[in-house]
Amino acid sequence: MLIKSLVAVFLAAILTENYVLSKFLGICPFLGVSKKLNTAVGMSVAVTFVMVLATAVTFPIYMYLLVPMGLDYLQTVLFILIIAGLVQLVEIVLRKYIPALYNSLGIYLPLITTNCAVLGVTMLVLQKVDSTTAYTYTYGHALVNAFGAGIGFLVAMVMFAGVRGRLENADIPKSLKGLPITLVAAALVSLSFLGFAGFVDKLIPLG
Amino acid sequence: MNGILLAVGIVAGIGLLIGLILSFASIIMAVPKDEKAEAILEALPGANCGACGYSGCSGYANALAKGEAEPGLCAPGGLACTKAVSEILGVDTGAVEPKVAVVKCMGSLEHTDYKAEYSGIKSCAAALKIGGGLTACSYGCMGLGDCEAACPYDAIHVTNGVAYVDDSKCRACTLCVKACPRGIIEIVPKKDMALVRCSNHDKGGVTRKLCDIGCIGCKKCEKACEQGAVTVKDFCAYVQPELCTDCGACVEACPQNIITYFKA
Repeated sequence: MLIKSLVAVFLAAILTENYVLSKFLGICPFLGVSKKLNTAVGMSVAVTFVMVLATAVTFPIYMYLLVPMGLDYLQTVLFILIIAGLVQLVEIVLRKYIPALYNSLGIYLPLITTNCAVLGVTMLVLQKVDSTTAYTYTYGHALVNAFGAGIGFLVAMVMFAGVRGRLENADIPKSLKGLPITLVAAALVSLSFLGFAGFVDKLIPLG
Repeated sequence: MNGILLAVGIVAGIGLLIGLILSFASIIMAVPKDEKAEAILEALPGANCGACGYSGCSGYANALAKGEAEPGLCAPGGLACTKAVSEILGVDTGAVEPKVAVVKCMGSLEHTDYKAEYSGIKSCAAALKIGGGLTACSYGCMGLGDCEAACPYDAIHVTNGVAYVDDSKCRACTLCVKACPRGIIEIVPKKDMALVRCSNHDKGGVTRKLCDIGCIGCKKCEKACEQGAVTVKDFCAYVQPELCTDCGACVEACPQNIITYFKA
């Protein structure tokens, strides 16, 4: 049952609750970095990495520090602080031990500090935690959710990079050129993801 | 009151903890910065033109610091830049010749003509797609200014249908060489020498009909040169700058007046 619910959470994070296309978080990198496929993939990998790491740290802090002390209203402030610190730490570690990855991620790593999708993943998962019911997310679920959200971000970015590739060659009316047609295309891609609504929700109740 | 203190304490505590972890991490995992590369980057002009063959100035600086590249590849920086870089690296300044771009065509409108009227996009690359370009000579400058648009130093201008390089402004960055769809712009050493200003490879008779200032491949220059610096290949003369002594024999011999003195 646990495996099944983890898979369900993972799929839900990618398809029905895609953070970019369904929750409209992380729109700035979605529009800004999706011009080329390789930068889109690089950014998404970095985002996935930071999402999982951030959730791994913030979830226990919330559950075992903030909730017992009745300070759960501090989550936004603290999570921003922690994510910013984490990204800095990741940057230092990468520069030392994996310089190749550090160079290929380049500017994207520090940019993630201010990516609302990362903050969204760490905070929205807390709404799913309700220890009085059987539907609660555990630490494992939260991590899988974060990983799925990152993969969902990757899927959205790669798909949209493809769409934008087509837009480059399309004959677009002058008034729509540039950002307007990009937003229209983003809206259509987002609409297509509405089709997944309710797809895996039935599987999520946890045993 | 207690709640506020607790909240402030927790946020401050976590902030302090993160700060400490980060500062320790940056000390423990400090990456030794390549001071040489940074100093070289300072000395380079920062034009990021790519004439050296590396990805921008920082790429070249890193390659220099590692000893993978030769100083003196930087065209915009010129001699002063090469000297500065060599000083940082502690190596001899190789004999670096200043270079300059030249357009190997003099077919202005008095000498040749368009084969048809062209009213399309004002770009040589676009014009070339339609019937092989708008000039009668299929090797000549079309004068639509792709090189002019590419030049970051305002050194190349189209006058009367042909592009000319302003030697004082040109830094031999090769951007115009890459921009010219005919491939008639060449980087040459900036020294006194003879220069063939024609790129036409048609046979003599054909050339004569198209342009009255084109190379007909008569080989008079080749015979006149005592240094063996002039060769005629595929009906077009070429002067090897390294061998040329600026004696002027080929310039005198040329019946078409397309070999000219080049003054540095």
